[in-house]
Amino acid sequence: MSWISKLKEAVICLKAGRATRPYPLAPDTPPERFRGRPVFDASRCIGCGGCANNCPAREILLHDTSQEIRIVKYIGRRCTYCGRCADVCPEKAITMSRQFETATDAIGDLRQELWIFMGTCQRCGRCFKGAGVLEALMMKGFRADDLEADRWVYASTSFLEKEPLVRDIEIELE
Amino acid sequence: MTYSGSRVGGKPVSFLKALCRKAFPKSLWVYHANSGGCNGCDIEVLNVLTPYYDAERFGIKLVGSPRHADVMLCQGPASRTTGKALRRAYEAMPAPKLVFAVGNCACGGGVWYDTYNVIGSVDKILPVNYYIPGCPPRPEAILYGVAVALGLAGKKVAGELAKQPDLPIVKYHPEDLVRKDGIRVYTKQEQI
Repeated sequence: MSWISKLKEAVICLKAGRATRPYPLAPDTPPERFRGRPVFDASRCIGCGGCANNCPAREILLHDTSQEIRIVKYIGRRCTYCGRCADVCPEKAITMSRQFETATDAIGDLRQELWIFMGTCQRCGRCFKGAGVLEALMMKGFRADDLEADRWVYASTSFLEKEPLVRDIEIELE
Repeated sequence: MTYSGSRVGGKPVSFLKALCRKAFPKSLWVYHANSGGCNGCDIEVLNVLTPYYDAERFGIKLVGSPRHADVMLCQGPASRTTGKALRRAYEAMPAPKLVFAVGNCACGGGVWYDTYNVIGSVDKILPVNYYIPGCPPRPEAILYGVAVALGLAGKKVAGELAKQPDLPIVKYHPEDLVRKDGIRVYTKQEQI
């Protein structure tokens, strides 16, 4: 009788079908409202620094290498995908993608870096006055045709040109 | 005894070594180490082991002791109290071993990266081979990390550097500024 019960079991199992998903061999789409890795759009970013102020994990860093160029670094290693940067961005430059396949063997692969050209008032040569939080982030003015300043820009960014992407992170906040 | 069929970096590898290298990814036994996480990643790892995601297809099995394990799944940041224990568990594992950092607490310290009792990411204590970020990572993301480790899938992320288009202003390279008879002369002119 035991083989009959086993046959019954086999029939039940065949009826239920296969429950296992074929994921790594076949692609998978996450649900509609899934928040994955944030994607930065350099063409839209105005460099206001709102994302850096709002990031709870302090993962978005701002570096002013010169009066002209502001570097926005998203390091991504402790980002919880909370989406606050995307909420606060006034230009919708940050979108939360549905990308979840971010496993990597080098942590530097998660990094995104934007070089933002910070505009200045061409009439007075200074940045216009801001208010509130943005006021602290304002930079001094810069004239694009000022050769002395240009030399300084070159000196401050030349080390970035040699190695545009560093593999690992040497910035330690603590 | 050398095995002519396999060479690593031009050097012939012994038969046993080649066999070990081939056999190692066939069945990875996983030790699951939580060093102070919030249990979110643990639940996702348990999801991976259920029949729905079925990591045993790839020979992955959860074991209770680091001495039986090939892979260590680290979850949670390394805290001051558990960091030493984590290191000891890592040293107890037999030699060909992999370390996965699951979740962004393990990858970078999480939102508690600057708390007084947290040392930081797991890679401050152990050499980490694969990082699976996410808070928590989806079970699919963990499976994807495993697939990357086994060579079934390729990496999909890479570091990005995006520059805004520069203004169309004639720029003189400062290195080409040459002073001649009191006048600055530009030997080369670059247009961006």
